[in-house]
Amino acid sequence: MSDAAILRVEDLRVGFATPEGLVQAVDGVSWAVAPGRTLGIVGESGSGKTVAAMTAMGLTRGRRTRVSGRVLLDGEDLLSAPPERLRALRGDALAMVFQDPLSALHPLLRVGDQIAEAVRAHRAGVSRAAARARAVELLEHVAMPDAARRVDAYPHELSGGMRQRAMIAMALANEPRVLIADEPTTALDVTVQKQILELLRRLRDELGMAMVLITHDLGVVAETADEVAVMYAGRIVEQAPAAELFAAPQHPYTWGLLRSMPRLDAEAGAELVPIPGRPPSLIHPPSGCRFHPRCAYVRERHREVDPPLAPLAGAGAADTGHRVACLLSETERRAIWARLAQGAARRRSWPASSSSSSASRSRAACCCAGGSARWRRSTA
Amino acid sequence: MLLRRRLGEVAAVDGVSLSVLEGESLGIVGETGSGKSTLARMLLNLLEPTSGVVRWRGEDVTHARGARLAELRRARQLVFQDPAGSLNPRKTVGAALADPFLIHGLLPERAARARRVGELLEQVGLDAALANRYPHELSGGMRQRVGIARAIALGPELLVADEPVSALDVSIQAQILTLLRQLRRELGLTLVLIAHDLAVVRHMCDRVAVMRGGRLVEVAPVEQLYRAPQADYTRELLAAVPRIPSPSPPGAPGGAQSSPSSST
Repeated sequence: MSDAAILRVEDLRVGFATPEGLVQAVDGVSWAVAPGRTLGIVGESGSGKTVAAMTAMGLTRGRRTRVSGRVLLDGEDLLSAPPERLRALRGDALAMVFQDPLSALHPLLRVGDQIAEAVRAHRAGVSRAAARARAVELLEHVAMPDAARRVDAYPHELSGGMRQRAMIAMALANEPRVLIADEPTTALDVTVQKQILELLRRLRDELGMAMVLITHDLGVVAETADEVAVMYAGRIVEQAPAAELFAAPQHPYTWGLLRSMPRLDAEAGAELVPIPGRPPSLIHPPSGCRFHPRCAYVRERHREVDPPLAPLAGAGAADTGHRVACLLSETERRAIWARLAQGAARRRSWPASSSSSSASRSRAACCCAGGSARWRRSTA
Repeated sequence: MLLRRRLGEVAAVDGVSLSVLEGESLGIVGETGSGKSTLARMLLNLLEPTSGVVRWRGEDVTHARGARLAELRRARQLVFQDPAGSLNPRKTVGAALADPFLIHGLLPERAARARRVGELLEQVGLDAALANRYPHELSGGMRQRVGIARAIALGPELLVADEPVSALDVSIQAQILTLLRQLRRELGLTLVLIAHDLAVVRHMCDRVAVMRGGRLVEVAPVEQLYRAPQADYTRELLAAVPRIPSPSPPGAPGGAQSSPSSST
């Protein structure tokens, strides 16, 4: 990911001046993404994942914003680029898909016109007719059902999934080199989410785009991303190739996220292990390790020393790209994770026999005229 | 009960028969527009079905009014999805929690009410001193705890929770789910949990009803539904959930090197 990167964020800091103090939303974040690859950025609200991406797009500029660091698109620094240069890049080389297509699409314009506008804004010579033809082509490309007709639809006439397809079509209008997708499927039903994620993966591969996928959903990241960065309180606390992150997570916050999510393959009655407390203030972040107030493995020293994001030292000599910001030693972390994972695996295994729940109690109903079917209470 | 509700020409819930068993935790899952929230509101007499009957302990309560309806409200309560939208921003948490008692003419003495409000806050894992705060001073998770405290204030038998965690952050969701499980145990509550998240329902429920387009697609005990779904639509839903690769201890068979797709 390092040398081939098309978009590179280096030591980015973004603060917002408020009457209560400076909210340091992003505090020294670096990531990079290469063509044809997907970087997943995971975190909870307020972790800074969206602010970092919006800043890369030049969308957080303002009197009260304090920004430092570098954002390099193919070597060109976007943070110091003049507004007109950014306008030329946005929607062209650099595009974004937002979470809520209903508020990101113009409610009074037909989706086809909005897509055509994105084309014509960056391609001066394109005629209206050609731009419209391109809009239909783009809608077909994102598998919009009945694209030739839907090009004339208003956003409110489309379902949530179709709106998201329209927004993706708009983002793709000029074949961007980098696509930033901020929670692109969070507002959608699971079956639609699956289609949209498949669409994004296909487009990434076909167009060789670099994709930054921002999400709170570890499952979405696991299925879509090549690399993952886990953010907490404005920092990246762990970064690794996706398979490596899920197989051998190193940061207690990552463990916490994994253990607090209900799983489809969990054993019945398995308890979740919530992360205690809540995300910290970004005006007065905790001293030392920012996760220490919520960490089960905190030591006295962790309250004072701020851990840097550093490559794993032990295990294989080769650099896997796995980095973690944690003061526990790698040996300790591996031992803790081995214990946690074994516990989880035990909880996950199915009970050997399960004849107690007989099939007669279940029914797959296609007609519901059944009146009052009742079940006896099985056990007290 | 066999329920229908037509909104204009749309049948939001179309001929659904479903029983909730005492003491159980029943999950109702479905996608947008499946009618799961409409069904829940009919269970609680918050909406009247266009046709059909709602029975509570055998009694037809479909058109209950007045004092009987007030009794039913006490016995059956709702937890909303968005605690910010369901708490009055101009009332303190204490006032919001005292309201159920005032409305039902219980605990007329101010001191007794205040004591009970304090107990309720502690019961949902909050500091009793939060009674003097306003909703905007609380985090989303704390507000949802207040919403739950208000729902259990009158000692209900049935709690209906409509997407209680979908507006919350991942780390907070687990806290609220754990609280709901604990309260269910302590208070012997019957729970109807409405959710689009199949993993949440899997974690919380004994039995699951899958809805689509206002109809019941499948009802089954949770283990059976997740392991051997009968309806195509249930299978489709389950297949669409993104999987988190199983954690494997390093060095274990199929461990650190297993690819994300090969697990689960």
